Amino acid sequence: MAEFLQFFFSGITVGAVYAMVALGFTIIYNASEVINFAQGEFVMIGGMTSVFLLSAGLPLPLAIALAVAIAVAVGIALNVLAIEPARGASVVTLIIITIGASILLRGLAQIVFDRQFHTLPAFSGETPITIGGAALQPQALWVLGGALVVVLALGWFFTRTLMGKAMRATAHNRLAAQLAGINVRFVLMLSFALSAAIGAVAGVLVTPITLTSYDAGAMLALKGFAAAILGGMGSAAGAVAGGLLVGIAEAMGAGYISSDYKDAVAFVIILLVLFFLPRGLFGGKSVERV
Amino acid sequence: MLLEVQGLTSHYGRIQALKGVDLAIAEGELVALVGANGAGKTTLLRTLSGVQPATGGSIAYAGCDITRLVPHRRVRLGIAQVPEGRQVFGPMSVEDNLRLGAFTGSRQTVEADLEAQYTRFPILKERRAQAAGTLSGGQQQMLAIARALMARPKLLLLDEPSMGLAPLITQQILAAVRSFRDDGMTVFLVEQNAFAALTIADRGYVMETGRIVLHGPARDLLADDDVKRAYLGV
Ligand SMILES: Nc1ncnc2c1ncn2[C@@H]1O[C@H](COP(=O)(O)OP(=O)(O)OP(=O)(O)O)[C@@H](O)[C@H]1O
Ligand SMILES: [Mg+2]
Repeated sequence: MAEFLQFFFSGITVGAVYAMVALGFTIIYNASEVINFAQGEFVMIGGMTSVFLLSAGLPLPLAIALAVAIAVAVGIALNVLAIEPARGASVVTLIIITIGASILLRGLAQIVFDRQFHTLPAFSGETPITIGGAALQPQALWVLGGALVVVLALGWFFTRTLMGKAMRATAHNRLAAQLAGINVRFVLMLSFALSAAIGAVAGVLVTPITLTSYDAGAMLALKGFAAAILGGMGSAAGAVAGGLLVGIAEAMGAGYISSDYKDAVAFVIILLVLFFLPRGLFGGKSVERV
Repeated sequence: MLLEVQGLTSHYGRIQALKGVDLAIAEGELVALVGANGAGKTTLLRTLSGVQPATGGSIAYAGCDITRLVPHRRVRLGIAQVPEGRQVFGPMSVEDNLRLGAFTGSRQTVEADLEAQYTRFPILKERRAQAAGTLSGGQQQMLAIARALMARPKLLLLDEPSMGLAPLITQQILAAVRSFRDDGMTVFLVEQNAFAALTIADRGYVMETGRIVLHGPARDLLADDDVKRAYLGV
């Protein structure tokens, strides 16, 4: 039982990170039908930038705030420099552009930062809390709490503010949104900014637990993508549920089978969803098989 | 002239949908545009709103050239459109649809304007919390019109507001359209129901395969033999 609980704790912790990555996918997908494979790089930028700003002598909170701001700037730049100029191109083309962008960002990170693994100090110590014989790191509570705040803030934004409603309206009917006077290009830019911010926050929160490096984004994007399609592409609730499920499946697989298969779990989930459940658990739009 | 269109052309790929359209609408007029399926009526309205690019010609609104202006700027200038097929935001509530109609407006007037639309269409007030997609066709049309009015337009473009509606509802909708004009709004109404449209309009244009082929006072068009034969089914 203690063992199961231990795997479960580590599962929901990484799952919360996957959920945030999946939310990033969802927001951009809803604004543009583009699956942004540079989503993982936002997480990496959040983590790596915090690490380097902290070691440059900045206090941790300031380093984090700046790291998130820099990730947002990168997200906006990605939209302005790579997605906007290709407006009118097919969705597949745009997705390939995001894959290119993710490779470019990884390369740049290698130059700007380095090729080492890095970590941040845990925000409130490393003394584990024991629950039912299993140890829970205080940083895991930061990750879970952070994910909860992100989810609640997004829920408020999309259902209570006019701008959030305008973003949903644009996702549902772009033509009608334009005729209502909504600037749909601004909506797209905002979706990149929001996704980048969420990714960076996830990166900052999880770095004390999992370490980070210039190439950490690729695997995170893959797992976030698995989470997003498991939940149903386009569904925010699905992204959260999918993230937690992928995280738990991965932790159980690693714990009970072999940690060698940890990363294979996400691949298996992607294949199973594409074959048997193309609309995902929450009935988002079906992902076309290209 | 509030709206002056000259030599307007527009294409879908290689297909030319507008082949040099000229028309003018004065402030306070209700002008009808009639024409058969595929004549280019929707394309013309989409080009006026900027959601379909013009490939040539010009659109002047209140004396300013707006041919290349982005859609949301045109809404700010006072051009609102009720699109073909209603296009309400289905999963969102009736009230959210209306508030989004006022997206470009000032925060101070929204509540009063909302009440005004609820007074005009009481059914929308009853259904204010309901998802727009669950309304009947006629109610969705009312919502689409009310949403456009929330932008406080000077020029209202309506694309076949009677499409698919029962005759009684059609009458109600067209009576409402006429009342906008009586309140001083400028209205450009596209209809396949040529008789109904020309009956309430001041002037009319007849469109065929991307061109204006006839225009004049609505009364004269109603009496015109060619129009009668082609569009009025008499
Ligand atoms: N998205 C599109 N892609 C290609 N061709 C189009 C498209 N939309 C319209 N067309 C073509 O442009 C021409 C004008 O179409 P439009 O929809 O403007 O006509 P309409 O007068 O509004 O017709 P209706 O009375 O059926 O609404 C038609 O020949 C149509 O086939
Ligand atoms: Mg049409």
